[in-house]
Amino acid sequence: MNEALNILTRGFVRENPVTKMLLGLCPVLAVTTSAVNGLGMGLATTFVLLGSNIVISLTAKVIPDTVRIPAFVLVIATFVTIVDLLIKAYSPELNQALGIFIPLIVVNCMILGRAEAFASRNGIWYSVIDAVGMGIGFTLALFVLSAFREVLGSGTIFNMPLVGEDASTILVFALPPGAFAGLGLIIAGLNALEKKKGGK
Amino acid sequence: MQELFLVIISAVFVNNVVFARFLGICPYLGVSKNLDTAIGMGFAVTFVMTVATAITYVLQKAVLVPFGIEFMQTVMFILVIASLVQLVEIVLKKVSKSLYSSLGIYLPLITTNCAILGMALIAIQEDYDLLTSVVFAFFSAMGFILAIVMFAGIRIKLEEADVPAPFKNVPIGFISAAILSLAFMGFSGLVK
Repeated sequence: MNEALNILTRGFVRENPVTKMLLGLCPVLAVTTSAVNGLGMGLATTFVLLGSNIVISLTAKVIPDTVRIPAFVLVIATFVTIVDLLIKAYSPELNQALGIFIPLIVVNCMILGRAEAFASRNGIWYSVIDAVGMGIGFTLALFVLSAFREVLGSGTIFNMPLVGEDASTILVFALPPGAFAGLGLIIAGLNALEKKKGGK
Repeated sequence: MQELFLVIISAVFVNNVVFARFLGICPYLGVSKNLDTAIGMGFAVTFVMTVATAITYVLQKAVLVPFGIEFMQTVMFILVIASLVQLVEIVLKKVSKSLYSSLGIYLPLITTNCAILGMALIAIQEDYDLLTSVVFAFFSAMGFILAIVMFAGIRIKLEEADVPAPFKNVPIGFISAAILSLAFMGFSGLVK
């Protein structure tokens, strides 16, 4: 049980896929202009990760080692297609906002990374826990960055205004440079916190 | 002709793959530690991106649309890219040993470079014709080289700079990327 808890929680902060392992950064930077987009992308990715981890942990023993990577990619692509069609059907606005980054979940190196490093070597139970933990960590990172950018860049949170209509916001945070700077600041902040904790 | 020229300017500067479209960030951060590997990676990407976009374009028009199976796009395209990368690796190994040893190590990494799949998808989305798609892919890759080489140059300088401890390595890299991308925003008025 301790082992399971460890696998679940390590993705949150300690081995966070975004801030620690720097995996899957393209969607992290691209879609985090508003908190809704960040959350949507995080959940979509988590779903794909969960599905691919389950299938791969079950089939890893049957797949020959030489065609491992193409087989994994095919499994991931199947789940991405499912998510793509679901989002198109139920949330056209989210589809519009995330655009090309939904099919691009296929090449999110975090998912292939987990398949290769974890799911193909562990049973289904641990693989599910690993997917949930990493998914939460990924969603958390996306949410924090997108909330940070939305508040500073457009002065709103979940599209609800925080400041007066005529107040000026720091527009640059809603634009591409703000994505790079925001993530840099968040990682630096985490580093500083870690150092403080380690120093005690 | 003029339209093609606009596509080129837009692909290299205005909608730069790395700074405006956020594609290919992983190799951008990963292999930009020194100039030689950055250039090697850049040329490997250029080759695969150009060929992959041409093939996926033909597939889309000749197979997916006529048979009404556009929902297979993602699966199909990623398979094309993965096998293309494998093919290039085998051919290079046979044909040119020296080219293989300089590009070879980057090839497997390219499969998960989202810029390749991204460009193939954008070319379809923008409804370009075949020639424009290929030109677009090639010059997007040039934009990628531009970004990765500039960043490699900055990183070499950063190694000697006195950076505050929490900002060391990755965070200062992101901050520099932010400033670079701010500079690239200056191009945005060039093409609508």
